[in-house]
Amino acid sequence: MSLFSNRTVRVSGGIIFAIATVALLGPWLSPNDYLSTNFDRLLSPPTLDGARFFGTDDLGRDLFVRTMLGIRVTLVVAIVASLVSLVIGVAYGAVAGFVGGRIDAAMMRAVDTLYALPFIFFVILLMVAFERNFLLIFIAIGAVNWLDMARIVRGQTLSLREREFVEAARVMGVSPARIVFRHIAPNLLGIVVVYVTLTIPQAILVESFLSFLGLGVQEPQTSLGTLVDAGVSQMEGSTWTLLIPGGLLALILMSFNFLGDGLRDVFDARQET
Amino acid sequence: MNLLEVERLSIRYGNELVVDELSFAVGKGESVGLVGESGSGKSQTALAILGLTPREAVVSGSIRFSGADLRRLSEVQLNGLRARHIGIVFQDPSQALNPYLRVGRQLREIVVRHGLGSGTEADERVVEMLAKVGLPDPGRQFTAYPHELSGGMRQRVMLASALIAQPELLIADEPTTALDVTVQAQILELLEEIRDNTALLLITHDLGIVAGRCERMLVLGSGRLVDSGATTALFAAPGHPHTSALLATAPRIDKGEAPESVTGKLVFGVEAATVNYEAQGRKALQAVTDISLSLRAGETLAVVGESGSGKSSLVRAMLGLVPMAGGKVVYAGETLGARVEQRARAQRRDLQLVFQDPIAALDPQMRVHALVGEGLLVHEPQLTAAERLERVSETLGRVGLDAEYLDRFPHELSGGQAQRVAIARALVLRPRVLVCDEAVAALDGSVREQVLALLRQVQDETGLSIIFISHDLAVVQSVSHRVLVMYLGRLFELADNRALFSAPRHPYTRALIDAVPVPDPLVPPRTAPLRGEVPSPLDPPSGCVFHPRCPYATHICAREVPATRDIDGTRVACHRAEELDL
Repeated sequence: MSLFSNRTVRVSGGIIFAIATVALLGPWLSPNDYLSTNFDRLLSPPTLDGARFFGTDDLGRDLFVRTMLGIRVTLVVAIVASLVSLVIGVAYGAVAGFVGGRIDAAMMRAVDTLYALPFIFFVILLMVAFERNFLLIFIAIGAVNWLDMARIVRGQTLSLREREFVEAARVMGVSPARIVFRHIAPNLLGIVVVYVTLTIPQAILVESFLSFLGLGVQEPQTSLGTLVDAGVSQMEGSTWTLLIPGGLLALILMSFNFLGDGLRDVFDARQET
Repeated sequence: MNLLEVERLSIRYGNELVVDELSFAVGKGESVGLVGESGSGKSQTALAILGLTPREAVVSGSIRFSGADLRRLSEVQLNGLRARHIGIVFQDPSQALNPYLRVGRQLREIVVRHGLGSGTEADERVVEMLAKVGLPDPGRQFTAYPHELSGGMRQRVMLASALIAQPELLIADEPTTALDVTVQAQILELLEEIRDNTALLLITHDLGIVAGRCERMLVLGSGRLVDSGATTALFAAPGHPHTSALLATAPRIDKGEAPESVTGKLVFGVEAATVNYEAQGRKALQAVTDISLSLRAGETLAVVGESGSGKSSLVRAMLGLVPMAGGKVVYAGETLGARVEQRARAQRRDLQLVFQDPIAALDPQMRVHALVGEGLLVHEPQLTAAERLERVSETLGRVGLDAEYLDRFPHELSGGQAQRVAIARALVLRPRVLVCDEAVAALDGSVREQVLALLRQVQDETGLSIIFISHDLAVVQSVSHRVLVMYLGRLFELADNRALFSAPRHPYTRALIDAVPVPDPLVPPRTAPLRGEVPSPLDPPSGCVFHPRCPYATHICAREVPATRDIDGTRVACHRAEELDL
C-alpha cells in the first residue's frame, strides 16, 4: 500500500523513529548516567570529550542522557495518553453513533458538558489533590482528549451506518456485532489513525506545559518540559540548556503534525479510488 | 468553412490514452451527437474544446473554432471565448450553479463580462432569457437562489446561461441524464426551440436522444472515432460493429417484446404499506401511502416512477430496512417482522438486495472472496473455509468472473464487474426473492444487457422472483412480467407488462411511456407529455396528487382521492380510468 510512498509520511515518520531510537539506546550506550553529579563540570557546554554531546546542567549532570530520558518520558506519556483517549473515544463514539436515537443524544450531551470543563484547571486540581505520579498524568490527559475523538468517531459511524454496504450486510443477516467490527470499524481506521497522530503532539504539549509549571514529572526523573523549565533559569550564559531540549521538543511536535497531515493525504486518496 | 474543426486530438493521462487521434467537424447551426459508453472519451473531448482539461492531462492535436486555433490561445483569450462564443451545459445543474449567488446575478455576470449590456439593460436581457427558457415568473426568479429551484428549473437556468450571449456553438454534456424522463423531454424540446442558429454538440450515452435531436452523429469507442455520418444513415446501416452493438443494446419502448406472464404461487408481498419519515420539528414526510402488492414465484415485478415516487422506500420497508408506519409484509404465508433484525435467519436468507451503485454497496476494505462469502458465514456456518471458497468461486463463475477476481478490492473493479460481485453476493445464498434497486441504471448498454441476461437465466433455472426498481421504462418493458407505477408514494397503476405498455389505464403511465426517447431517427420525438415536475412529498396536492400536471384532470380530481380499483385485471387509481382512451 501507499503508506510510505507519501514523502511527508516518510520524512516525518523517519525523524520520529530516529529520535525514538536514539532516546532508547543513547542512555544505555553513553558512559554517563542521569543521576551522577559532577561539580568539576557545572554548566559545561556541549563537547565530544566524555561523550557529553549536550553539555551538563547546573549540577554537572550529563544533559545528553537526561534529554534522552526526557524524550522517553515525554513520548511514553503522549502515546499512552493518546491510547487512553483512543480507546475511550472510539468505544464511546462508535456506540453512540451505531445505537443512535436517545442514547446517542444523551451520550453526546455528556460530552458537551465535559467540554465546558476548564481543562487546565481540572488537571491542575487533580495534580494538587492527589499524589503526583505518572499514571495520573496519563489519565488526566487521556480523559480530556477523548472528547474530540468520540465526536469524530460518532460522526463517521453515523454516516457509515447509512452506507449501502452496511444495509447490504443487514439484509444478508449479518449480526450487529459483526457489522460493527467487520464493516464499520475497519472503515473508521483511517480517520482514527490520523486523529491519534494529531493527538500525540497535543498530549506532548500538555505534558510539557504541566512539567514546566512544576506540576508534571518530578526530579530526579525528567521530561522535555522539566528540562525546558530548568533551561529557562540558566538561559543567560548557558543557552544550550534551553535550546537543546526546546529544539527537540519543537522537532518532535512538528514531525507528529506533519505525520498526521501526510497520513490524512494517504487515507483521503484511498477513499477516492 | 466549418465552425469547429477538431484534428487529431489526443488526450493522455500518464500512460493512459483517453482520446486517440480524434478528428471531426461541426458546421454552422448544425446539431451533432457525440455518443459512446462511459470511458469512451466524450466528456474529455468537450473539456479539451473548452480548454478546461485538468493540468495533468497532456493534449495534442488542433482545435480550430471560427478559424482560430483554440490550443494556441491564452487563458485570457479563452475566457473571452467561453460563454460568449461557446456555451456549455453540464450534466448536473446543482454543481454548475454557484449556490451563494442569486440566479439573476450569475446570468448578469455573463452579459456584463462580455460587454453585451450593463445596468438595467443587462437585467432586462437576463429576465427575457429566463422567460425564454420557460421559468415561470422570471422577474421573481431573477432574485432566487439556485437551491430554491427544482432540478429541471436549474437546468433551464443553465441553458439560459449557455445561450444568453447567443454563442455560435453550444456544448451540452449529458444535459438531461440527472433529470427525470418527463423533465428530460421538456428540456430537450426547449433546447430545440431556443437554439436558433447556434450549433449543437450533444454528448450523450442515450441513442434515443441522438436519434430525435441530432442531424449527424459521431460514435466514440475507447477514445477513437469509430463511426460518423448522418443520424438516419448510421441508424439504418452502421459503418462499424461498435455502432451496431450500441444500437443492438439500446432498448426500444415502441417495439419491445414483453415476456409471457407467469402463474406461480404467491411468495412475497406487502399489504397496505405506509412509510413515513419524520424529521424533528418538521412535518412528517409520507414516502409510501397504502400500497399492496404481491409477487409470484419466478415473476419479475417492475416498480417505476420518477424520483420521489417512493419506489426505494417501498422495497426497503419490505426488506425491513426502514420501519413501516402501517401495513404488513408477508413471505411464504407468514407475516414478517417489521425490522430485518427481527426476522428469522431463513427468512432473511431468502430475501436479498442489489443496489444501484455497486461500489458503494461493497465494503471498500474487503476483498471479493470475503464479500461474497460473508453471507455463507452467517447462513451456512458449518462450511469449512475451503468449501466456502468453492461456493464463492462457483457463484462468481456464474456471474462471469473467474478466480483472478477473488483477491481484488472493490476499487480495483469496473462498475460492471462490481455489480456482478454484488449480484454474486446475493445469489450465493440461493435466495427466493431478489430486489434490484436500479441495479442496472449505472451500467453501459452492453454490460446492462449481460447483467439482465444473467438475472433472466437465474430466474429460469431457480424460479427466483425479482422486484426490479427502475426509472427506465424501455428496460422495464424488456424484463418484467408485471409493472407497478408509483407517483408520490401512491399506487397509480399495477398491470401486466403487455397491458400496461399497449393500453395504459392511467394518464401518468401514458406520459411516462411517451417521454422515453425512441432510438430511431424515423420516429419523430413526441412533444413533452407533461409540464412541470414532481411536487414535494412534504406538501402533496389535494385530491389526486397528479391533478396539477394531468392533461385530463377535471374538477373532481382536485377534490377527491381516486379509489384504487380493478379494471380488466389492472389495478388503477384514476377517476377517469374507465372513460379515457389513452
